[in-house]
Amino acid sequence: MPRSAVRVGSPFTGLAPVFMKELSDHLSSMRMMVLTLFVIVFGALPVGFALQDLRNVVVSDPYLFLRIFTVTPERVGLSFIVALNFIIPLMAIGLGFDSVNSEFNRRTLSRVLSQPIYRDALLLGKFLGGLTTLAVALVALWLIVLGAGLLLLGLPPRGVEVARGIGFLVVAIAYGGVWLAVAMLFSVIFRSTATSALCALGLWLFFFILWPMIASAITIGFAPAQVTSIDQYVAIQELGLALQRLSPGTLFSEAVVGLLNPETRTLGFMLPMQMRGAIPEAPLPLDQSLILIWPQLTGLVAGMIVVFAVAYVVFQREEVRA
Amino acid sequence: MADNVIEARGLLKTYGSQRAVDAIDLDIQRGEIFGLLGPNGAGKTTTILMMLGLTEISGGTVQVLGFNPVREPLEVKRRVGYLPDAVGFYDHLTAHENLAYTARLLAIPRSQSGRRIMEALESVKLADVAGKRVATFSRGMRQRLGIAEIVMKQAEVAILDEPTSGLDPHATFELLEMIRGLKRAGVAVLLSSHLLDRVQSVCDRVALFNKGKIALMGTVVQLANQVLGAGHPFLVEAQGADIAGALRGIEGVQTVVPEGEGGWRVMADRDVRAAAAQRIVSVGGSLTRLADLQPSLEEVYTRYFQEARHAA
Ligand SMILES: Nc1ncnc2c1ncn2[C@@H]1O[C@H](COP(=O)(O)OP(=O)(O)O)[C@@H](O)[C@H]1O
Ligand SMILES: [Mg+2]
Repeated sequence: MPRSAVRVGSPFTGLAPVFMKELSDHLSSMRMMVLTLFVIVFGALPVGFALQDLRNVVVSDPYLFLRIFTVTPERVGLSFIVALNFIIPLMAIGLGFDSVNSEFNRRTLSRVLSQPIYRDALLLGKFLGGLTTLAVALVALWLIVLGAGLLLLGLPPRGVEVARGIGFLVVAIAYGGVWLAVAMLFSVIFRSTATSALCALGLWLFFFILWPMIASAITIGFAPAQVTSIDQYVAIQELGLALQRLSPGTLFSEAVVGLLNPETRTLGFMLPMQMRGAIPEAPLPLDQSLILIWPQLTGLVAGMIVVFAVAYVVFQREEVRA
Repeated sequence: MADNVIEARGLLKTYGSQRAVDAIDLDIQRGEIFGLLGPNGAGKTTTILMMLGLTEISGGTVQVLGFNPVREPLEVKRRVGYLPDAVGFYDHLTAHENLAYTARLLAIPRSQSGRRIMEALESVKLADVAGKRVATFSRGMRQRLGIAEIVMKQAEVAILDEPTSGLDPHATFELLEMIRGLKRAGVAVLLSSHLLDRVQSVCDRVALFNKGKIALMGTVVQLANQVLGAGHPFLVEAQGADIAGALRGIEGVQTVVPEGEGGWRVMADRDVRAAAAQRIVSVGGSLTRLADLQPSLEEVYTRYFQEARHAA
């Protein structure tokens, strides 16, 4: 029978029950408690110290609230957004690494797929369930930070700060979505949950530790021995940046910096003479910041969709029998 | 045609160059229990997965309740209940919650699902553990929960893959009784097993599978007649006279073979048990046992493939 034989019936039949089950499984699971604890410990530390530092700031700062996220406290050397840069992938991997292969191993997959549902709906329902769980956790964390700021700084955030904060949440969820899709891809490829977790964590370590080194090594390799013009110099710098941006973490931190540091005027490489004329320290309006980070955000969303699509194709071809 | 719930024609599945299912023709009729029997690796599970649209078909066609499982898998899966080999449930959920999830996948309205789940659990005697987590269930209870899922689904066809494997004799007996219950409710049942004798008692018809091909198909008696020869085998245990001689003198008796201490296995072309009893008593023997021998599928199978090998 040709693969192209037309299927009848909506691919989304049964999506809602799968989504609801995944969500309730995640939210009531022990694993979620552990992940939450993890996030609180790693998120609370930088936020707590940042708040202490910020209370001593005397100059009036119109974006004081956003500094909670971005300031690097003197005592921990880790800002909240840098902490999130590695916590979010870890959470996403924790939620997704066994999403399909555990159904194989529990021998529930063939029973579920013998109900009126396509594999499309099963995979998408699992993904959306995981993503929603992640979103719930991030929103909760965000509200906690906001509440702590309100209490300790004693002033409410301005509307524009809240708007930028919401933008930050969207970027964080998209970033989590990329890693969730990666974890689910491995859960489709490997029957063993340990192997799949290991591969996802391995990829995460690769992007965090090895990729920056590899990227600069490649850049140096391409650079001529003698840089003779500014154009050449710019080209080399841009190659390095393009390579860095293959890592979702780079896209996340660029987008977040653009949103939470309103003074950010460019996310690329800039020559000193280009900076001339720009008013230093003048914050951009929100819409300008959004335009600035738009490529990063779409990059994250596109990455998420591509990885999910690969997982989908692999899953379609898989044998259901355990 | 109208009364076939499943029709396969030239159904083929290849894995590389291996033919796991080799162009089989198969009809399952409404209301019957059909046994797909054969050793491990014969192609039973593959055949079943193709009927449900859960694996691709390499050639031929199959129709389930008039639907094509390749093009219309949702229609097929809405109407067919499937109990996979070594079925699994979500251990952290209760029996009731597991069925409730299936009910939502089946889009059974909430107003009905509670009642249908409880009725299904009652029919397999699991109602009293409906609120227990499945993690605590034995193998037999899980199989029964799988049957309950099919009952709740109100399926027209039930496909059970190795439903009795791994069960003790008592659990097997109970499960076979529940399969008969499905039939009484009007459900056509297709079951597979590699233990031929375990399930032969419930099957109206069987197909003997070997290496992806159907070797023999029909009722157990038909197959026995075809392979073991027509006839009525029975067992006699008696003492006190020339029993064998007496038995050989009865009209219709073909062979008398000693079996065990004071026992004989008799083959006749018709039912001559009454005459045999009379004759033994009249020659002064004392009859202790006279038993009809059911043809054994195991024997049919072994004999058939012995002959096939010799012929080759
Ligand atoms: N995914 C697969 N890849 C290759 N061969 C397979 C695959 N699944 C099953 N087979 C082969 O197909 C044949 C039939 O298997 P199966 O249908 O499971 O037999 P049964 O259910 O009768 O024990 C076996 O020889 C098995 O090795
Ligand atoms: Mg099998």
